[in-house]
Amino acid sequence: MYSQGLIGSDSSTDETVEFLAAFQARIDAEEKIEPNDAMPEGYRRTLIRQIGQHAHSEIIGMQPEGNWITRAPSLRRKAALLAKVQDEGGHGLYLYSAAETLGVSREDLTDQLLDGRAKYSSIFNYPTLSWADIGTVGWLVDGAAIMNQIPLCRCSFGPYARAMIRVCKEESFHQRQGYEILLTLCKGSAAQKEMAQESLNRWWWPVLMMFGPSDGESVHSDQNTKWGIKRFSNDALRQKFIDATIPQAKVLGIEVPDPDLKWDDSLNDGRGGYVHGPIDWDEFWRVVKGHGAMNRDRIRNYKKTVDDGAWVREAAMAHAEKRAARKLAMAAE
Amino acid sequence: MSKNIPLWEVFIRPRNGLAHKHCGSLHAADEVMALQAARDTYTRRGEGQSIWVVPSAAISASDPDQAAENFDPSIDKVYRHPTFYEIPDEVGHM
Amino acid sequence: MAGSADLFAALIELADDQLILGHRLSEWSGRAPILEEDLALSNLALDLIGGSRNIYTYAGLVEGKGRDEDDLAYMRLEREYLNCLLVERGNDDFAQTMLRQLYFAALMQPYWQAALASNDETIRGIAGKAVKEMAYHVRHSAEWVIRLGDGTAQSAEKMQAAVVEMHPFTEELFTMSEAARACAKAGSLPDRESLRAEWSRTIASVFEQALLTVPEVRFPQSGGRQGRHGEEMGHILAELQYVQRTHPGLTW
Repeated sequence: MYSQGLIGSDSSTDETVEFLAAFQARIDAEEKIEPNDAMPEGYRRTLIRQIGQHAHSEIIGMQPEGNWITRAPSLRRKAALLAKVQDEGGHGLYLYSAAETLGVSREDLTDQLLDGRAKYSSIFNYPTLSWADIGTVGWLVDGAAIMNQIPLCRCSFGPYARAMIRVCKEESFHQRQGYEILLTLCKGSAAQKEMAQESLNRWWWPVLMMFGPSDGESVHSDQNTKWGIKRFSNDALRQKFIDATIPQAKVLGIEVPDPDLKWDDSLNDGRGGYVHGPIDWDEFWRVVKGHGAMNRDRIRNYKKTVDDGAWVREAAMAHAEKRAARKLAMAAE
Repeated sequence: MSKNIPLWEVFIRPRNGLAHKHCGSLHAADEVMALQAARDTYTRRGEGQSIWVVPSAAISASDPDQAAENFDPSIDKVYRHPTFYEIPDEVGHM
Repeated sequence: MAGSADLFAALIELADDQLILGHRLSEWSGRAPILEEDLALSNLALDLIGGSRNIYTYAGLVEGKGRDEDDLAYMRLEREYLNCLLVERGNDDFAQTMLRQLYFAALMQPYWQAALASNDETIRGIAGKAVKEMAYHVRHSAEWVIRLGDGTAQSAEKMQAAVVEMHPFTEELFTMSEAARACAKAGSLPDRESLRAEWSRTIASVFEQALLTVPEVRFPQSGGRQGRHGEEMGHILAELQYVQRTHPGLTW
């Protein structure tokens, strides 16, 4: 989280074999890369794309949960949900700042999101249809996000790693908040428990898709791993998530909608783990490419927010200029 | 979007007696709003007793290409450290 | 001493103001003009909602019928909500939202300050927290009103339009219901009328810097303190009470 101001004017790199090897040696030695260090253009581009996408996910992710703030069923839940959605906004802010150290502005990143050049997590293109969804999103979506984010705290790029440490620290209440909502529903009336089960049925598969395609099919995995941007494979994180989650579902007394799910002693180097049924990757790509239930709404809503706020931002800037001019005039007197 | 809103660096003093420490950045049109935004963004969990904001553009940074000439020459000046000097045990702590 | 029925009603006025204004502010989540301001608006909302919980809880104790904060916040009829009309007004634009906040906090900051001298220990406790929050709300909303009033031509126009629109609702901030009057007399809650001069000074000082003029209000709007609300109140409650009304009597 350093500023654009810290980036040297000459950030171009002469990408000789020697330069790339020297850079790789720094990464392999677990040295952190800082914004004004020389770095391969590909590394910079990859980070801008990934951090931008991560930031956009936080910002767009405010919508599905924000959808229930005014309808939260108790004041305690309302305050917790509002604070959680606020945290997502804060995380977007930290991440945009991290990306900005690489010489791209928040405004540019926002434009990329609005015109479709930049993506965000496919999970936020699913609607939140019941109060139980707020529990499920906290438990599973935040749970999956944490699985992804903890390794990123050790990412090779300093500002990204520092942002992730802050995010992970703040995020720790999110998953518990969601789980507690579901626990309350599952201990409640039959209708409440049914609400929880119905919600899990809708979210389970999309959440597994959050970890991304199987490693054989993921385009960027290899180089990102070499550069220390990615620490574990998509499949490994997904497996870790499932193994952690199934016992939690058992405590709730609801079931994941996977008839093929079974324990296998041979997984995880003999420690055992869950085998899951096939994931519908057609659905994943359909949603990523813009054809999920909520893709258009999410972008339209955010565009409206950005457009509606333009006059306020302009006023703030105009006033700042007047203030500065008045200060200058006073100093001259 | 028209003019970009400037970037600020935020420094927080966690409690009195400690130094302000860099904790992140934010956007604000002027220093008053930057201070409020820093309060609303970076002290929501009781992280601070005092805030500094500095326009990011006002920071001058050392050049990483000069890191070796800047910082390596100090490494072998061991006589700047107390352990360089030998004092008999009976003198006690010094 | 004020009767417990008076104290209950006066506390409900205070709690409903905070809940409904907090609810309105929470509608901004994800929609603010700047990301930094999104976080700021949620902070304001959380202060108000948090405060309302303490006040409802105390009101429930005073009433003695076993109602908790959620029974009071969620399970009453529209006519039983006693918030003033100002706080239920919609978030038409950011100028209106900030002005509404300034109008409200510029009274409540001195209100809670005065309540620190209450002869009721619980109220002193609530006031001790609220007075600091309201001081920040005044500062934050005032800075925005000044920036919008003295920003661009467009923002100045919107800011003055918001003043014309919202000012008629400020008179009700000072309305003393019979319950509030009884509590003021008993020394448990402050007299709103006595804070009018301070409120006017705050507003005049901000308006001077914001290049705004205080309009002459010939027909002030009121009714909320008697439970007569505007059309938008029913919609607020429809959302607020949705889950509780659909599945009554459950724990969430």
